[in-house]
Amino acid sequence: MHITIPMFSAALLVLAASAQAQETLTVYTYESFTAEWGPGPIVEKAFEAECGCDLKFVAVADGAALLNRLRLEGEGSTADIVLGLDNNLAWEAGQTGLFAPHGMSLDAVEVPGWSDDTFVPFDYGYFAVVYDSEAVKNPPASMKELVEGDPSVKIAIQDPRTSTPGLGLLLWVKAIYGDGAAGAWARLKERVLTVTPGWSEAYGLLTSGEAPMVLSYTTSPAYHRIAEGEERYRAAAFAEGHYIQVEVAALTKKGAENPHANRFMAFILSPQFQDAIPETNWMFPAAATSAPLNPVFDEMIRPEEPLEIPSEEVAKNRKAWIDEWLSVMSR
Amino acid sequence: MRTLPGLAALAFIAVLIGGAFAGLLWEAAADWSGAAAALDLYLLRVARFTLWQAALSTVLSVAPAIFVARALSRHPAFFGRGLILGMFAVPLGLPAIVAAMGILALYGRAGFFAPLFAWLAGGDWPGIYGLSGILVAHVFFNLPLATRLLLEALDAIPRDHWRLSAQLGMRPAAAFRLVEWPAMRAALPGTAALVFMLCVTSFTIVLMLGGGPAATTLEVAIYQALRFDFDPARAVTLTMVQVALTAVAVAAMSRVGASLTGEANLAVSARRHGRASPTETAVNALLIVLTVLFVAGPMAATVAAGLEAELGRLAGEASVRSATAMSLALAGLAALVSAALSLALVSARSRLAAARRGRQPGLIERAADSGPLFVLVVPPIVIGAGWFILLRHTGAVFAAAPGMVVAVNALMAMPFAIRSIRPAHDAAATRHDRLAASLGICGWNRLRLIDWPVLKRPLATALAFAAALSLGDLGVIALFGSENVKTLPYLLLERMGAYRTRDAAGIALFLGLLCLALMAAANRLGRETR
Repeated sequence: MHITIPMFSAALLVLAASAQAQETLTVYTYESFTAEWGPGPIVEKAFEAECGCDLKFVAVADGAALLNRLRLEGEGSTADIVLGLDNNLAWEAGQTGLFAPHGMSLDAVEVPGWSDDTFVPFDYGYFAVVYDSEAVKNPPASMKELVEGDPSVKIAIQDPRTSTPGLGLLLWVKAIYGDGAAGAWARLKERVLTVTPGWSEAYGLLTSGEAPMVLSYTTSPAYHRIAEGEERYRAAAFAEGHYIQVEVAALTKKGAENPHANRFMAFILSPQFQDAIPETNWMFPAAATSAPLNPVFDEMIRPEEPLEIPSEEVAKNRKAWIDEWLSVMSR
Repeated sequence: MRTLPGLAALAFIAVLIGGAFAGLLWEAAADWSGAAAALDLYLLRVARFTLWQAALSTVLSVAPAIFVARALSRHPAFFGRGLILGMFAVPLGLPAIVAAMGILALYGRAGFFAPLFAWLAGGDWPGIYGLSGILVAHVFFNLPLATRLLLEALDAIPRDHWRLSAQLGMRPAAAFRLVEWPAMRAALPGTAALVFMLCVTSFTIVLMLGGGPAATTLEVAIYQALRFDFDPARAVTLTMVQVALTAVAVAAMSRVGASLTGEANLAVSARRHGRASPTETAVNALLIVLTVLFVAGPMAATVAAGLEAELGRLAGEASVRSATAMSLALAGLAALVSAALSLALVSARSRLAAARRGRQPGLIERAADSGPLFVLVVPPIVIGAGWFILLRHTGAVFAAAPGMVVAVNALMAMPFAIRSIRPAHDAAATRHDRLAASLGICGWNRLRLIDWPVLKRPLATALAFAAALSLGDLGVIALFGSENVKTLPYLLLERMGAYRTRDAAGIALFLGLLCLALMAAANRLGRETR
């Protein structure tokens, strides 16, 4: 005993010292990014090998919850980087004053029409209603058909207060119906099976057979085609067009002082990061990948002129539009 | 100053509740327009739904309880009666999150009864998310409670009344009208008020079984306003409405003389009065069997679903282990704090009562007497919300989680802890105070030699009860939880959110057993004291 206790404590000291020597980079993101099957594990491994630091993900339910979490923690937040906000929230997030400019060139970015000195896109996609073709014989061909269709064929949607796809649908309906959005929601409400806090839960309802339709992305069927060889799940092409989502990352002011964080921002646009995106996050990459995408992606719906409401306008009206939604949905 | 610990305990309650309200008022005062704007249709609908589901739950729990209690009272001795009454006490100790899991496993879309219901409905079984799920869960909790309370009222009917009714040759209908009904009617308002109150402040059930904004109560809306929306102004308004509602409910309860802590001390004694006819016996048996099935169902489903989970893998998972350790540590601390505060308050009250010698009780004594009951007016989520808003300015919201969970859970358990400590303490005090004073025994010696032997059992009861209560709590941790502080209920909710239902079922079984073991210990210790 006399020998083992000092030896043990010495070993502990060494361990503690080595843990301190390794610097950490804290990245706040959403749950499906860090899931076992998401891009998180691949990105973590690749970046840790490059920087020799400890990359730590902190995951919350979904992108909009990410912004709430950050506002709550304010200056005291441990986040160096926030990854998973989107084009709709970017302006509002910028207004918090918690973010620092990235100071990089965005020449490598391949997202249509993106320029911003704080937010760097890491992927993009288009919202779509994904349906189970074995349960839905006549999928909606437009938002109008979705809104006015058979209420017994249900759809699972996400809460716009926590989820970026949820907010996306809200804006999509707004972009199409304008002031008539409340009326459209009142009809669509009859088809809503449930409102989940995040994308993962809602998509789980589709794959477990509990919901025949779900709000997701035009690229979601690629997952089933490539990973499962399954053609059952399809995205419905809408005549009015599809709303675009650009997912972005940004440095916090705290992160701007962490050299690993700056390095990670550049890493986001590198092929190592981008290669992981299409077949783990199932979105279009924001910059060049080292090899061409799987041809299945060419068959996915890719609208010429996507719908989008400017981020600033979203920020100004988000609360009012969400209140309008809440008021209809709580009826 | 032997009342000093008591004053400290009162100060603790005052700071915790006062701090929460200060946080809310400060937020509201900074910008009244936000709080005023939250007085919208959404608030109105949420408040309306809160009252509506509570009213329905009360009717659905109490009305059948009248007949079940009567059936049980008509047959005071049959095989398994004690077991049934024991089982009716279980929901009281079962964490709401565990019961919700059991109900989903039974009646959910993928539940045990789903194929049967789908066949009956002639198509898809839509599951029980929404109002129906909330109602089933509330009835599961409150039907047994109401039955026990009403049965207690029936058991209190004097033997002479039965003898007289037998001499007068009353038929069952007449006996019900003239003997049983008056006894139950006296207990009915209190019982109904208690159930109503429990349903108005129900959080976990609505969070898990509600279906989006259409089935949301005020408590859940407060949580969503803070964690989903980051809208403190709306949270303030919702909280004020919630407090006003509970205050009105509690005022109504005290008018009708309801017991706020819902205690039922059933004597499982056999008392024979008039024999029931075969038809009546059959009807009563059917009633009892149906109720037993309804109450036992979710419990059995929890066990069955839990056993299907890969329990070995779960037990080996680091996240489950650390959540268990966190839960036990927080619950243990909360129980200690709760018992210590309760003892301090009880002791201060009896000392002050003895010192005043029959004059009107002073302010502090009255505060020590009824202060803890205020806790029941202010639901945990409200205290949590107030502190959440207050602490966010410091940026330390999530760092404060362990402290908040311990403090609020300790506070919530106090009315129950006091109930178990006070009788023994006060009886011992009247017996020993003068003798101890004349022998000059005080301070540590008095505690060690005189108070401890009498109080150790009630204290242990209080500890076990408080620990069980805080183990199952989801209200505070739902607000303050993060990847750094996860308790078992939080982990369960997280797994369920990610649709890892099997894992959630396994954790539910584990959590349920843990709480029931503690409750059983509390009951056993409590019984041996009497």
